[in-house]
Amino acid sequence: MRNEDADVKLVYSMPESLVDRPNHYCPGCGHGIIHKLLTQAIDELEIREKTIFIAPVGCSVLAYFYIDVDGCEAAHGRAPAVATGLKRVHKDKVIISYQGDGDLLAIGTAETIHAANRGENITVIFVNNAIYGMTGGQMAPTSLASQKTKTSPYGRDPADVGQPIRACELLNTLEAPVFIERCAVNNVKNILKTRKAIKKVVQNQVLNIGYSFVEILSMCPTGWGMTPQRAVEWIDEAMIPYYPLGNFRKKESDHV
Amino acid sequence: MAETVLMKGNEVIGEAAIIAGCRYYFAYPITPQNEIPAYMALRLPRIGGTFLQAESELAAINMVFGASAAGARVMTSSASPGISLKQEGISYLSGAELPAVVVNMVRGGPGLGNIAGSQGDYFQATRGGGHGDYRTIVLAPASVQELADLTVEAFDLADQYRMVVVLLGDGYLGQMSESLKLPEPSGKEFDKSSWALTGASGRAPHIVYSLRLSPEPALEEVNLRLQAKYREIEKNEVRFDTYRSKDAEYLLVGFGTSARICKAAVNILRREGIKAGLFRPITLWPFPSLAIERAAGSIKKVLAVEMNAGQMLEDIRLALWTSTSSSRNVVIDFCGRTGGMIPDVDEIVERVRNYEK
Repeated sequence: MRNEDADVKLVYSMPESLVDRPNHYCPGCGHGIIHKLLTQAIDELEIREKTIFIAPVGCSVLAYFYIDVDGCEAAHGRAPAVATGLKRVHKDKVIISYQGDGDLLAIGTAETIHAANRGENITVIFVNNAIYGMTGGQMAPTSLASQKTKTSPYGRDPADVGQPIRACELLNTLEAPVFIERCAVNNVKNILKTRKAIKKVVQNQVLNIGYSFVEILSMCPTGWGMTPQRAVEWIDEAMIPYYPLGNFRKKESDHV
Repeated sequence: MAETVLMKGNEVIGEAAIIAGCRYYFAYPITPQNEIPAYMALRLPRIGGTFLQAESELAAINMVFGASAAGARVMTSSASPGISLKQEGISYLSGAELPAVVVNMVRGGPGLGNIAGSQGDYFQATRGGGHGDYRTIVLAPASVQELADLTVEAFDLADQYRMVVVLLGDGYLGQMSESLKLPEPSGKEFDKSSWALTGASGRAPHIVYSLRLSPEPALEEVNLRLQAKYREIEKNEVRFDTYRSKDAEYLLVGFGTSARICKAAVNILRREGIKAGLFRPITLWPFPSLAIERAAGSIKKVLAVEMNAGQMLEDIRLALWTSTSSSRNVVIDFCGRTGGMIPDVDEIVERVRNYEK
């Protein structure tokens, strides 16, 4: 057999925690990449059996079908509150709140800020694709100025509806969060950085360090009306200039 | 034998919840139930529990959702405007079949209303309250003792049926102090291991959810299962109380604080030789329709007394008017006050005296 040959090394396999089934995401969507990075982190940290994943309302509402851990749905915007309830009961479990931009920064702004401010020992993964994907492409709190969406057909007018909100910068005004970073998944280099950040925000919880937040700029070719190729370019051209990538907060625990 | 203590209604709810094994409580302040969060804030941290003042009622009910999904006994409390905000979460809890105890110490409405006791949330509580086809068990205590007993019972019912149980009091019950014997825990145990989120260790993952997009009849199947459960509850969990109703010619019907007023009226009327009695629903859902139909069979008139514009009145009409017995012809009168006002004993007595004329 070839695979018994000493020259052949296994260099890649699907993460064990990622369920092998077709998903419902559109071609070119970033969720699939992020699910893979998250399940890789879960595998590497060996926490599959103690992870509870919270799916938000939005495109990733069915994510619990793709990640082989205990799963919980949350009402739109309420994932950090549900995470708080779960974590307060199960302090030894790893609670991951996975949220989109409408969820985290529009309808759930209060829950987002207050869970962060309390320093809940949870992990928040914020997928920012600057649009409401599931409902068909409406304006998000993170849609860019002049961005055309179903509900901003003439382009987002900041004078009318405000500037897009920057989540990392907003949370960085609070004392309690221990880790805040913005990444992107539009090219290999950025994906590798995102992989590292996701592992960090999950590991922080395992080590009881505290509230950890990662924002991931992600593609929505369908919502943006672009080809997948054009969508990855648009992140570089339009999103990153407004949402600069990088780490905003990195507190290390004394005993780590 | 438990000793007799003097306690305030709202604080009794907190203590009874702790007796029932509740160690998680999430809420947002609102009058007239603020003694509940204050009591829990004082007690829970000392016994290894969690008290958390949420940033809103929305957050509070969703923290309840999380703790319940985790398998814990959990409670929230509020008063009318806050309960309106919790309705979204109550619907989600119902869809996901999660147990929880929700206390509503009702105040005057609509809108911000006032902070006096009221029964204006009867419709909201007994018809589900939020979106979708669901019910909550609604318990209506009429004394501080009953606040304690029904709080303990609420946790058992919630766990037994995996659903939300609403303790529907009012501002007056919460603020009054009465002597009571603190209840004992029921000792009933409920196995949550088949659904609670505890980490998928040595088993397939559990998922707590209410979204059911496919296959097509999936959501209807859930609804049919819920409805079957509700029919079972209607059969098994009806609770009511009667007072001097056996030979009554005039039957007063009231719940909670209204029932206390009715009881005083019945005593006055009986002293005058007028045969009045009281029927007091304790479960508002399931409503004691059959019992009230039987009680009304031989009487001349029913008088519903409520601290609202006539909400339970509709359930009495449904119970009697759809009856095939003689009770379908009983005249149903109504006496109610709104906006936090209380029906006057003398007014009720006078009303019944006039029936005799």
